[in-house]
Amino acid sequence: MENKEAAVSLRNISKSFGSIAANKNVSLDINRGEILSLLGENGSGKTTLMNMLAGIYYPDSGQIFVDGREVRIASPRDAYDCGIGMIHQHFKLVDVLTAAENVVLGLEGPLMLDMPKASAKIREICDRYDFSVHPDKKVYDMSVSEKQTLEIIKVLYRGADILILDEPTAVLTPQETNRLFNVLRQMKADGKSIVIITHKLHEVMAIADRVAVLRKGEYIGEMMVSETNPQEMTNMMVGHTVSLNIERPEPVDPQPRLTVSGLTVVSDEGVLKLDNVSFTAMGGEILGIAGISGSGQKELLESIAGLCPIKEGSIIFTPKDKPARELVGLTPTKIKDAGIAMAFVPEDRLGMGLVGGMGMTGNMMLRSWRLGKGVFVERKKPDELARKLKDELGVVTPDVDYPVRRLSGGNVQKVLVGREIATVPSVLMTAYAVRGLDINTSYTIYNLMTEQKQKGTAVIFVGEDLDVLLELCDRILVLCDGKVTGIVKAGEATKEEVGLMMTHIDSGKEAAE
Amino acid sequence: MSILNSILALVIAAILNGTPLLFGTMGEILTEKSGNMNLGVEGMMYMGGAVGLAGAFYYGKAAGESAFGPAAVIIAILCAFIAGAFGALIFSFITISLRANQNVTGLALAIFGTGAGQFIGEFMRTKEGGFVAVSNEMKAAFQGSPFPKFLQDIPYVGQLLFQQNIFVYLGIILALAMAFFISRTRFGLNLRSVGESPATADAAGINITRYKYLATIIGGGISAIGGMVYIMTIAGCVWNHEGLSGEGWLAVALVIFCLWKPQNALWGSALFGALMILYLRLPLAIPNEIYKILPYFVTVIVLVVTSLRKKRENQPPASLGLAYFREDR
Amino acid sequence: MTASQTKASNRRKREPLFHLAKRTDINPKRAWMVRGISFLAAIVIGGLIFLIIGNNPFSAYGYIVSGALGKKVAIRQTVKFAIPLLGTALAIAPCFKMRFWNIGAEGQITAGAIGATFFALNYANTMPKPLLLLVMAVGGALCGGIWALIPAVFKAKWGTNETLFTLMMNYIVIGLVKYLQGGPWEGKPGSQIIPDFSQNAVLPKVFGVHCGWIIVLLLVIFIYVYMNYTKHGYEIAVIGDSVNTARYAGMDVALITMRTMFMSGAICGLVGFMVCSGANMTLYHSVADGVGFTAITVAWLAQLNPFAMMAISLLLAILDKGAGDLQTYMKVPTSIADIITGIFLFCMLASEFFINYRIIINHESSGEASK
Repeated sequence: MENKEAAVSLRNISKSFGSIAANKNVSLDINRGEILSLLGENGSGKTTLMNMLAGIYYPDSGQIFVDGREVRIASPRDAYDCGIGMIHQHFKLVDVLTAAENVVLGLEGPLMLDMPKASAKIREICDRYDFSVHPDKKVYDMSVSEKQTLEIIKVLYRGADILILDEPTAVLTPQETNRLFNVLRQMKADGKSIVIITHKLHEVMAIADRVAVLRKGEYIGEMMVSETNPQEMTNMMVGHTVSLNIERPEPVDPQPRLTVSGLTVVSDEGVLKLDNVSFTAMGGEILGIAGISGSGQKELLESIAGLCPIKEGSIIFTPKDKPARELVGLTPTKIKDAGIAMAFVPEDRLGMGLVGGMGMTGNMMLRSWRLGKGVFVERKKPDELARKLKDELGVVTPDVDYPVRRLSGGNVQKVLVGREIATVPSVLMTAYAVRGLDINTSYTIYNLMTEQKQKGTAVIFVGEDLDVLLELCDRILVLCDGKVTGIVKAGEATKEEVGLMMTHIDSGKEAAE
Repeated sequence: MSILNSILALVIAAILNGTPLLFGTMGEILTEKSGNMNLGVEGMMYMGGAVGLAGAFYYGKAAGESAFGPAAVIIAILCAFIAGAFGALIFSFITISLRANQNVTGLALAIFGTGAGQFIGEFMRTKEGGFVAVSNEMKAAFQGSPFPKFLQDIPYVGQLLFQQNIFVYLGIILALAMAFFISRTRFGLNLRSVGESPATADAAGINITRYKYLATIIGGGISAIGGMVYIMTIAGCVWNHEGLSGEGWLAVALVIFCLWKPQNALWGSALFGALMILYLRLPLAIPNEIYKILPYFVTVIVLVVTSLRKKRENQPPASLGLAYFREDR
Repeated sequence: MTASQTKASNRRKREPLFHLAKRTDINPKRAWMVRGISFLAAIVIGGLIFLIIGNNPFSAYGYIVSGALGKKVAIRQTVKFAIPLLGTALAIAPCFKMRFWNIGAEGQITAGAIGATFFALNYANTMPKPLLLLVMAVGGALCGGIWALIPAVFKAKWGTNETLFTLMMNYIVIGLVKYLQGGPWEGKPGSQIIPDFSQNAVLPKVFGVHCGWIIVLLLVIFIYVYMNYTKHGYEIAVIGDSVNTARYAGMDVALITMRTMFMSGAICGLVGFMVCSGANMTLYHSVADGVGFTAITVAWLAQLNPFAMMAISLLLAILDKGAGDLQTYMKVPTSIADIITGIFLFCMLASEFFINYRIIINHESSGEASK
């Protein structure tokens, strides 16, 4: 009854978390000697599905076949026994152990560890695929790319012939991505089955043989990459043809609002995160910030918000009719006390922007808790605001006191963005504001941004999707490795141009205004 | 010469007083390596002390004239181990399977265990007519040296190396074995990873639950042997809850002092043992009671210094005190 | 390849019997039912213990209840037991809400008792009673607060593990009292006892119990309001949820940590003052007598709700006081109280699991059908 060709077959797999269905009746084959791309938007259930193959989750119903035999994968060990290895997006490595120790972790074998032997085998794998990881290096001393390589070595060491990679390129530089792809091709040539979870179409085109699409937890369809094109895949991913068509009114009388010059930030570990960054954000326009993740976007926004120690540079805030002010050295409280309405939608919504255990009201208080008489906290106005937002933005929640942690991602973001906009900001900063949101919510967010821009707010929009950045923003600042590699007019720039600046430090300098 | 003698006497007394701590600490190190912080050491040591004493006493009573010292030692060790393991089993079930807060459960175990130990100690005393005592021969088995007389009689060296009680040697062997186990064996590596990053260990196919249970239960048993050692050696084979009180907390302190390494517990326990009795041997201007808080004081300093230096190898197991639930999201 | 296949198929039957899921909705009615069942389970297990040691469990429980609540004197005694327990649980609640694991209440009580005793011993004759008591209370609170502040400063500045630090601080201050008992504050030379306080330094009684019970009841209301309606309480709740969010909202996490710990320690210190001035009328090293630890379990089981803490601390006080009477009537050592308390705590801790998690039994059927 099963496809005998397939290395792995999933049949009618369903899994839900609480009342949310992550996968509904998904059936999928993974063939030997093939790179399969599992494509879908954030939250489409790709990772959950693969986690069930890796033994992290256990399906509520459905069957899994490996080489035509039904198997139960109740734990990661079962997965390894089936020859399945997964490289998770968040690396599963023990920091204080060495590379070799991480590799042999959890393996069966004699009581005594034979580290020299393990190291030799690791070197062998390294030679074969041209990796460079020292077996005795501690993980906490490794770069992100080294860690990923180690994860791959770990899986190969266990003799896995079905490899699942969960968004492997999200943390890599283009060069590293290319290296990874070469490795994957080599593995494919070795007869291994490879699954890449991604939502990036160009990667699918570059590496995959076949692509399977998931949408909202459901299997939509699959096709050979050679027989499809990005447009078709996008359609399958999002369900209907999207031309983004974001409305972009011309900025009206843009005035410098925030002038950043020579901003340099060094992390606690001494790593240079921002290197001499200078730009001006105008009131009445949206300044997009592009760059591969970890290029300094987080540090940039946090240093403007007063949350990140600044080594050098200045940030001058120029209000409409008042004298300019230096923001460097001010805490968030002092910025607020200086009468500067700065709104900030951070990337980590529940971990930084909101209090997961509190309801909407409690979260509204996050911006107003210092107000109110004496020692008591003012509750009435936040409560009114919460109710207003619930109606205006259509937040789906049983009650304004229902913990926001239990809301869906889109509703969580509405609460956060809604609250920030309600402060009537003169600067609005957002980081990955539409990540993981469905199309409709994304448009709601775009509209809110544009609305703010029209009210004269200086909007800074950190994004990852270049199409969105090009259609929504007025200008785009490109960050690469903590440096500004260019600032372009969004209406005139092409995707390729910006993509190039994201990856090459030297080119694109001329494009800077 | 007399200075040498008094130093020797101090070292020997330090080792004697440090041995119960050595066991208590080793057990807790094993437990904490799995990411479980069992604050019930005090309770488990009480249970071990009382049950260990009971085992030796009732064995002596049943065997009468034919009682064999070494057998009593083995029975006492087993009884203490089982008592401690039982306490740790309760802790494990509530914290690992039922995912309750470890600090709170550990404290509940401390309350339960001190109560149970004290109860058994007193209950035995009232039942046996007010006095529980083991024969002198048996006492010798617990408190005497296992080495032949001629070795013990070597001047200085014999006193230092061969005149200690059996538990000192057992403790040293156990500590070395445990150090070896943790750093060199497959299970030791797996155990460390469970304590550092359970999600990683889980993904590597390690049965987290089994490791946590085993480490905590065996650790509890080992800690409890420490309580028995105190009762059967220092307290002189009678129930003495006053003396035993605080040993368990000191063992928890020693775990930090040793930076979670059993090999450090060897000298750490002797040092703590020395600090506990230093006031008898080295009467300075410092009052006795101030001496006695020194172990806690140096532990605080160690804790502060390690947190200041942030050296990765010297930190507590990263997931210490946290429950693990795979499907958490 | 084949080996791994067989292995995998051998494992196929090993489907977990059940798996767990976090409950998304918690039905309060069901929660109280679970707690009720666990309470009954504790009583049954405790009864088994009485059976094992050869006593009738029914009469044993009877003695406990009558011993704790039977007479006016007994009730007063029980309330006296409950006062420090409740006071300390209230003190710990803000720290735990903040996820600052202060297990140093034992030491903070003791430090407070030292502070109060200092004034009781030195100023009993020079101050009028109300002023003296006030000074003692403030002195106790300050000492307890400072004792708690030390680990908080290290936590706030360098991230030093607070659980272990506060634990160590307990024994340092208890050692200090032992020193005072045998040294500077010793009464009769060689007695190792600090003399009883003069009447001037003793808390007055209201309804037969020292007026600490009024203070503690006021504290219940204070903590309830503090945690739920004040800016401080809001800050604490935010930090407990996410330190990053707190920073984002402009909260000074280090300052709030230190402030909260100081307050927590100060309340513990106040408890120390009440115990030595109201109950013991002197200071000795076991002035806290394990209350600092038991109170942590009280606070946790009450889910940091001050009113629930009242009920639980009263329950534990009944057990403690009642079990004391067992010795007289049934010749059972008083330490049975700790055993029964432990069992109650275990059962209640265990019950939270059944409130927060859903157990899903897996059905074997699908696996067999495919064969």
